[in-house]
Amino acid sequence: MKRSRKIFLQFGIFIIVFSLIGILINNLTINLIRTGLGFNFNWLLKPASFALAEHALPYSTSDSYAWALLIGWLNSLKVIVSSLLLATLLGTVIGFARTGSNSLLGLISAGYITIIRQTPLLLQLMFWYFIGFLGLKENVLISIKNIFKISNQGIELTGLTFSSEFSALLFGLGVFTSAYIAEVIRGGILSVPRGQWEAFRSLGLSEQTGLIKIIIPQALPAIIPGLTSQYLNLAKNSTLAIAVGYSDIYAINDTIINQTGRAIECFIILLTSFLFLNLLISNSMEIINKIIINSKKYN
Amino acid sequence: MEPIVIAKNLTKSYIQGLRALDNVSLTVNQGKVLVVMGPSGSGKSTLIRTFNGLETFDRGELNVLGIKIDATHNERKIQKIRKRVGMVFQQFNLFPHLSILENITLAPVHVQKRHQLEAEEYGMYLLNQMGIDSHAKKYPGQLSGGEQQRVAIARALALKPELLLFDEPTSALDPERINEVLDAMRRLAKQGMTMIVVTHEIGFAKDVSDQVLFMDSGKVIETSTPDVFFSNAKHERSRKFLNQLEKH
Repeated sequence: MKRSRKIFLQFGIFIIVFSLIGILINNLTINLIRTGLGFNFNWLLKPASFALAEHALPYSTSDSYAWALLIGWLNSLKVIVSSLLLATLLGTVIGFARTGSNSLLGLISAGYITIIRQTPLLLQLMFWYFIGFLGLKENVLISIKNIFKISNQGIELTGLTFSSEFSALLFGLGVFTSAYIAEVIRGGILSVPRGQWEAFRSLGLSEQTGLIKIIIPQALPAIIPGLTSQYLNLAKNSTLAIAVGYSDIYAINDTIINQTGRAIECFIILLTSFLFLNLLISNSMEIINKIIINSKKYN
Repeated sequence: MEPIVIAKNLTKSYIQGLRALDNVSLTVNQGKVLVVMGPSGSGKSTLIRTFNGLETFDRGELNVLGIKIDATHNERKIQKIRKRVGMVFQQFNLFPHLSILENITLAPVHVQKRHQLEAEEYGMYLLNQMGIDSHAKKYPGQLSGGEQQRVAIARALALKPELLLFDEPTSALDPERINEVLDAMRRLAKQGMTMIVVTHEIGFAKDVSDQVLFMDSGKVIETSTPDVFFSNAKHERSRKFLNQLEKH
């Protein structure tokens, strides 16, 4: 009786899921026929004929759509990787400040985390772009000889220049994610039993040595999974680049859809490429996690 | 005889006016063993933990190995004390991600800046003394409670301390594992180690201690030699406590 009911239920779910997929495909086919475009990727080789402000590789308007998409990907990767580094650095510092014994630092970092987490990311990106970079008075905020300069033109670092769009995105994503990473780090540190702190302190080890040798190695297994999901979020959130006019993969896809009407193909490219990027991130983190777990042979 | 610990009127209050420590004064001389007894919540753990700065106090003075600390808790002075005082905890608190030998060599290498090889050699000697040198390469999780606690004693000894603090060292052990730890502590006492031991082990207190300090509600009720304390305790409260302890 129970078993047959289970089979019946599973069969029902199967029917529902298949019908939904069928409806979607049917809808898609009808739309494709109506627009008369058909489903193919030949258009990728046609000239894109739109300009891109930022490109890591040579690009001109006569280059193909495929090349434009690659440029978009490189732009996306550039902003994802650099804000990931910034977020990790900031998040770690704030996470430790939050758990540390200095109550003023603790209060400041708690305030930082609260403000950043209670406001929308899109708003924060706009803030960094319009108020942070484009709104700079006198056009220059910081200038240290020719080494480091922050102005309404973006950031300059020993010959490397970053546009205001890129810089706003870097700060927006980096700062936003750092607040979440700080909480992940704090949770990891708090997961280490109090007795471990007392043990290293009673041995006369300094707080710094104790953190490095005793606390962090035991906190890492609790930190890595949370960190992974923050990295995945950051990669996905980078598509908000379009809001500040940075030509990431999503912004370029958007332009191509407007020009060619190839929404389905473009979204397939977009979705699969994000799927692959995030699989890459989560698998790399899984490898790091395994190395950490294997390195401690206890239990 | 040289005093190792002199506590004067140590007082620690909690918010609701409760006192974890209430005017506690005591002296422990070199080579002596002081056993601290009392019901749970009497402040005995709090007291022993103030001696190496794991616990703070609001009033009073403390002199450990000639280093004076007061309610301001000068971090550098506490650090100096910790380098010369070993501590053994109820829950062992071994570092689970380090091998037994690494647990022991960590402090000598990082605090005393001794060479790794020298620290390992001395670590192996200590493990041998504790009868667990065959476990040197293992991790804490692979050892029994009694073995872990003996590692913890060896770890505390690695810095060649002048005072050892024991905070209920056998309370978390299976009954059949208690004696191996108490035996190790007996040997240390015989070698002339100055020790302060919070414990409920009457047998150990009778055999090894020079003095028994009985606490209740943060106050020192009485300090007596074990002979007097266990046969003819001065205070009604002490006698009541001992009666209850013997019933178990």
